[in-house]
Amino acid sequence: MKLTGKVWKFGDNIDTDVIIPARHLTTFDPKELARHCMEDADPSFAQKVKTGDIIVAGRNFGCGSSREHAPIALKGCGLSCVVARSFARIFFRNAFNMGLLIFECPEVVDAAEEGDTLEIDVASGKISIAGKGLSFAAQPIPPFMQELLRDGGLIPHIMKKVKTA
Amino acid sequence: MTITEKILARGAGLAEVKSGQLIEVQIDMALGNDITAPLAIDIVRSAGIKSVFDREKVALVPDHFVPNKDIKAATQVKILRDFAKEFGIVNYFELGEMGVEHALLPEKGLVLPGDIVIGADSHTCTYGALGAFATGVGSTDLAAAMITGKVWLKVPESMKFIFYGNRSPFVCGKDLILYTIGQIGVDGALYRAMEFTGEAIDNLPMADRFTMANMAIEAGGKNGIIAPDKATEAYVRGRSQRKHRFYASDKDATYVETIEYDVSKIEPQVAFPHLPSNTRGISVVGDVSIDQAVIGSCTNGRLEDLEIAAHVLRGRKVAPHVRLIVIPATPWIYRQAMHQGLFDIFLEAGGIISPPTCGPCLGGHMGILAKGERAIATTNRNFVGRMGHPESEVYLANPAVTAASAVLGRIGGPEELGIIPKD
Ligand code: SF4
Repeated sequence: MKLTGKVWKFGDNIDTDVIIPARHLTTFDPKELARHCMEDADPSFAQKVKTGDIIVAGRNFGCGSSREHAPIALKGCGLSCVVARSFARIFFRNAFNMGLLIFECPEVVDAAEEGDTLEIDVASGKISIAGKGLSFAAQPIPPFMQELLRDGGLIPHIMKKVKTA
Repeated sequence: MTITEKILARGAGLAEVKSGQLIEVQIDMALGNDITAPLAIDIVRSAGIKSVFDREKVALVPDHFVPNKDIKAATQVKILRDFAKEFGIVNYFELGEMGVEHALLPEKGLVLPGDIVIGADSHTCTYGALGAFATGVGSTDLAAAMITGKVWLKVPESMKFIFYGNRSPFVCGKDLILYTIGQIGVDGALYRAMEFTGEAIDNLPMADRFTMANMAIEAGGKNGIIAPDKATEAYVRGRSQRKHRFYASDKDATYVETIEYDVSKIEPQVAFPHLPSNTRGISVVGDVSIDQAVIGSCTNGRLEDLEIAAHVLRGRKVAPHVRLIVIPATPWIYRQAMHQGLFDIFLEAGGIISPPTCGPCLGGHMGILAKGERAIATTNRNFVGRMGHPESEVYLANPAVTAASAVLGRIGGPEELGIIPKD
C-alpha cells in the first residue's frame, strides 16, 4: 500500500490533551471528536485538514493519557498517518489497535516542512518527500504489529484466536 | 532478572524473560473508567461476547466526570452500570463507593504485590508502589483483556533509580518524582520500567510511594515499581483474602541505566507550565500569583496528603482572591478526614470540600480555570488546557506547598509561613 498526503507539522511532546482535550471526552463518536482535534494547538486545524493528510511531529507524540479518543480523533479528521521522531508508548499501542498508521523516522521530521507532500510505502517503511528528491527508511513495523494490522486490528486478531481455540 | 521481569515471567508462565521480548501474560486485574470503558464495552458487545474472562478481575470505576456533570457524562456512566449488571461485574463502584480509581483499588485490596494489572488509564502505573507490574493501555486493549484475560506486552528495559540520604522538611514522594522527571525529561524513561530503590525509598511511607509510581508515566515509563517490604506488608494486611507475592530484583539484574540522587539536596519542587519536567526548586520559583489551589487526585488525594495540607492550613486563611478546592480521593478518605477534624480546618481556612472525583485534574468539572487564570495543584499533569481554558496555567507541587500557596496567594513553601513539619 502507498500513501500520499500533505504535511502538517507539530513540535515535541504533543500530548493527548492537545490532540483531543478532556472536555470533549464525554463521547466516543469519531465525527464529534474529529471536530475538536488539535484545537488547543490550532483552533482551525479540523477545518483545514484534508483526507489523506499526514502529521509530522517531534519527540514523544501522544504522551499523556491512555485515551483512544486521540487516535480516533486523528483518524476521524481523515489523517492517514503520523510520522514522528518517537511516540509515547500507550499512544503507540492504541494507534496499532485502532489501525492508525504510525512511523518513527527522525530524518523525515528534520527534512519535511509544512505543506510538503509525503509518499509512504507502508510495507517497506520507505518515506519520500515529493519534489525534493529525498527519501528515508523509517523503523520497520515489528512482525507482531504487522500481524495485528493484517488481521485488521487487535479485536479481529483475538476473535480469530478465540474462534480457533 | 529485575522485579519487573520476574513478575512478567510469572504471568507468561516462563522461567525467564528478557527485555525486548514480546510475551502474552495472564492478568490479575483489568480496569476501566467512565472515559475509557464505554469504548471497550462497545467493542466487547459488538464482538458478540456474552461474558468476561473473570467477573472478579474486572474493575469499573466511574470517577472522571462523576457525580455526572452533564447528560453526556451520565450516559457514559450508564453504559458502565448497565454492562456491570448484565455481565455480573463484581467490582463496579457506584457513587457513594466510588473514588479516584488509583486510590480506590489499592485501598480495597483489589491490587496486590506481584500482580499484573492493566488499566485503560495512563496512571495505572500507580500500583507499582505495591511491587506489582501495572501499566496503562487503551480501550481496545482493555476490551481484549476483558475477553481473554490476557495482554500482549513487550518486556521493558529497566532503569534503576537509587535515592539516598535524608529528606529535608516538607520534601515528600511528589518532590522526588518531580525532581526525577525534571532531570530525565518527559520521555526520559520512554517504554522503560522505572525501578525506585535506595534508603530514601525504604524510609518512604506508602502514600508517597504511590505518588512516585503514579507519575512514572510522566517520564514516559511503562511502569514504575518499588520492591515490597515491611511497609508494603503492613499496608496490604487485612485488605484481601487473596495471596500476594513479593518479588525482588536479583543482584545481577540488568539495567539500561542506573541513576543516583542525593535526596538531602532536593527541595520541594514546582513544575511550571506546560510540562511536568519543567521543575524548579521552591526557592527559585519567584513571584507567581495564583487564583486556585487544588488538593486531590490519584497523585496526592490520600489521607496523608490531606493531613499535611491541614497541618499547614490550621488556623490560617487562604488569600482573599484564592479558591481552595480539597478533593478526598475515596469515600473512606473523605470520612476519615471528616472524623479527624480536617474538614473544619479546610472550611475555616475558606476552602471547599468536593466529593471524591477526578474533577478539575483533567479539566472535567468542579473547578475549571478561565482564560489567563493560574492554579497550583497536587495533580500530575500541567499540559496546555489541562484544567480548563487553553490559556490557563497549572503548576504542580506537593500538598504542603499547595496549601501554603493558597494562604500566600502566590507560590511559596510552608516555611515562609513559619510552619514546622509535624512530628
Ligand atoms: S485524578 Fe487525574 S490523573 Fe488521576 S485518574 Fe483522575 S483524571 Fe487521571
